[in-house]
Amino acid sequence: MADNGEDDSQYKMREGDYVVLKRGDIFKAAQIQAKKKVIFEKQWFFLDNAVGHLYNSTFEIHGGQLQPKKIAVAEGSTDSKEAAGVDNRNIVDDGKSQKLTRDDIEMLKEKGLKGQEIIQQLIDNSSTFRDKTEYAQDKYIKKKKKKYENSITLLKPSCRILALMYHGREPGKICHLRYDTLAQMLTLGNIHAGSKVLVFETCAGLVLGAVMERMGGHGSVVQMYPGGGPVRAGVDSFGFPAHFHNTLHEFPISRVNALLAGTLDAAGKGPSADEQLTNAEEEQPQPAAEQQGSPEELSVDTSTADADSRAPEEREKEKRREAKEQEKKQRLDEKRKKLATAAAVLEGRNADGLVIASRFHPCPVLMGLLPLLAPSRPFVVYSQYKEPLVECYAKLKEQGGTVNLQLTNTWLRHYQVLPNRTHPMLLMSGGGGYLLSGTTVAQGPSKPSKAAASQSTEEPAPKRAKTVDTD
Amino acid sequence: MSFAEYADCIREGDVAIVYLSHDSMMPVKVQRGAQTQTRYGVIRHSQDLIGHKYGSKVSCSKGWVYVLHPTPELWTVSLPHRTQILYTTDISMITMMLELKPGSVVCESGTGSGSLSHAIIRTIAPSGHLHTVEFHAKRAEKVEEEFVEHRVGHLVTVRNQDVCKEGFGVSGVADAAFLDIPSPWDAVVHAKTALKRQGGRVCSFSPCIEQVQRTCAALTDHGFTELCTIEVLLQVHDVRTVSLPLPDFGPDSDTNEEQNQNQSSPASTTTIKTTTTPREIPGHTGFLTFATKPRT
Repeated sequence: MADNGEDDSQYKMREGDYVVLKRGDIFKAAQIQAKKKVIFEKQWFFLDNAVGHLYNSTFEIHGGQLQPKKIAVAEGSTDSKEAAGVDNRNIVDDGKSQKLTRDDIEMLKEKGLKGQEIIQQLIDNSSTFRDKTEYAQDKYIKKKKKKYENSITLLKPSCRILALMYHGREPGKICHLRYDTLAQMLTLGNIHAGSKVLVFETCAGLVLGAVMERMGGHGSVVQMYPGGGPVRAGVDSFGFPAHFHNTLHEFPISRVNALLAGTLDAAGKGPSADEQLTNAEEEQPQPAAEQQGSPEELSVDTSTADADSRAPEEREKEKRREAKEQEKKQRLDEKRKKLATAAAVLEGRNADGLVIASRFHPCPVLMGLLPLLAPSRPFVVYSQYKEPLVECYAKLKEQGGTVNLQLTNTWLRHYQVLPNRTHPMLLMSGGGGYLLSGTTVAQGPSKPSKAAASQSTEEPAPKRAKTVDTD
Repeated sequence: MSFAEYADCIREGDVAIVYLSHDSMMPVKVQRGAQTQTRYGVIRHSQDLIGHKYGSKVSCSKGWVYVLHPTPELWTVSLPHRTQILYTTDISMITMMLELKPGSVVCESGTGSGSLSHAIIRTIAPSGHLHTVEFHAKRAEKVEEEFVEHRVGHLVTVRNQDVCKEGFGVSGVADAAFLDIPSPWDAVVHAKTALKRQGGRVCSFSPCIEQVQRTCAALTDHGFTELCTIEVLLQVHDVRTVSLPLPDFGPDSDTNEEQNQNQSSPASTTTIKTTTTPREIPGHTGFLTFATKPRT
């Protein structure tokens, strides 16, 4: 463990870092903040002690504090493995094999015994343990470990880990987008550094974050958002460096029509624009504003009820209110500027990719955003359900302008691989959602000889007949 | 054009993908004066391709084709096979589970036909690097030519050596390593060497479960953690409009004459929009085993 190399600094956890807590197969995203209590898997603790340690370090929880776990080389210690049965013909489930009672176990826990020690106690007090087969013993220990070992590992966030986490914890928040499906989306969308990608998602920012990770801060991402403002909770969990955020733009989906019609007042001078922006402001304040803005507002309100007994404080508040107003105006200007920048990015209608994953009907979203793509660029649409994508497919065939359409879903199967005990874990068919992908092409005009859209909608007969010989 | 960077117009020297139909695409090296024969007629590069936009329609004597900007995914379905290749479904999973992103340094063996290599290069550009090892001299040479032709040569180093004996040719530099060889367990130690001392991810692709078992044992022996073996399968849905005939139960005796009259010409079919799956689908490609190299 020669960990004093100077290149290690980027592998060390610092205060303010976003991390992912892992215990077994359970994940939870958190930020390292001084004296901030974190609750995970029925335990509470502070992350303060993690600062300065390396990512992927494992800690044990003692009294709410993290203590680095000593690396036990012989993790699966084999001291109790000498005696083992051959089969279970003599094992009877009489419910009395465990000599320790629930209270006993609680007491052991209260005494602050380590997980490993409790497990050893359970084994020693199990009358049937020695008769179990070697495999059953293994399984028993594993199960108990899961329950009593209170160690957690702190990971650096990544698309893989966050996608696993969201799918495991809050699938509803990400429209049941399974991680293998997300992986397909990033590949089918040809997401890479230097491109200009449009993202429309209601997956808590997970898809947006995944796209941003793949772009590595090169190029630009425009988040098309519904309602008052973009949701980016998931993006924060990625803990991207600040410069990544310079490449991220936002554009309200409610103004796409105006943009396409060329009537968008990008400078935001029109009254409607102002209104929309203020609405947005109220509905969904920026996270920063939320943190410092709202409590201030509260204090201002209560103070007006107070008599002007403490004049200097009142003046102070007045000043603050002014400052706040100034700030609000600034934010509005900022927002306007942002809209103008995003509009400028979209103006050329030459985006390099389009990724849609939302709870909205995908068909209008796709039809509305597809015109913003350059020809010969991939797009990918996710939906939890297949039928709306069938509709999209039919619509695209009808209007033309796309090729290589494919409606797919993936199956994911996990395997347990152990000596003499290898088998599939669980089948995850369905539930992971469906994808419609394709490539844009130029609509007609370059070759005037080719007539009408109707011809381009249906592929000619000889091509159709070919669909049998898939490779 | 480059496989890692979009361009709008086709230039001489580009590799363009000619789209004939959903399951028929061909890569074309664009050269002034050259011609390409397709089943829809001839494409003359000077007139039909050079200077035109990617995504435009090209008229041929017997029909038309589209010319598309190359991507690793289009390349995967159109490349000349010199070996069995990895397809996009597995590639997607490998890319995400290996946590590849711009700047990643990756080791791969064997290079094979370069299907996965192109996808890796696309993902790690502009600042990452791929070290790929192929023990078959001819294949190594050929794939290197392709990388240059695809303008990604600066992002990849091809080594012609046996990864099981000589390793990846680098040590302590990689964020991820990928093995698609018959005996990956023999290369696990080399993957470990190639990965950064701070740790990294490894993946092995094997068609047979016995290979997976030996690989997992080797990974465990070399201290890798978080072992995970998965299989991903693609299901394709063909969108169809189908007509289902309705049976005729004959006149309904309970209803009166008038109603029977109304039912005299019921629709004999009903039409629905639905999807079908191809009669035969690839049921197995390979098992993907992932693991993490902890910090040493």
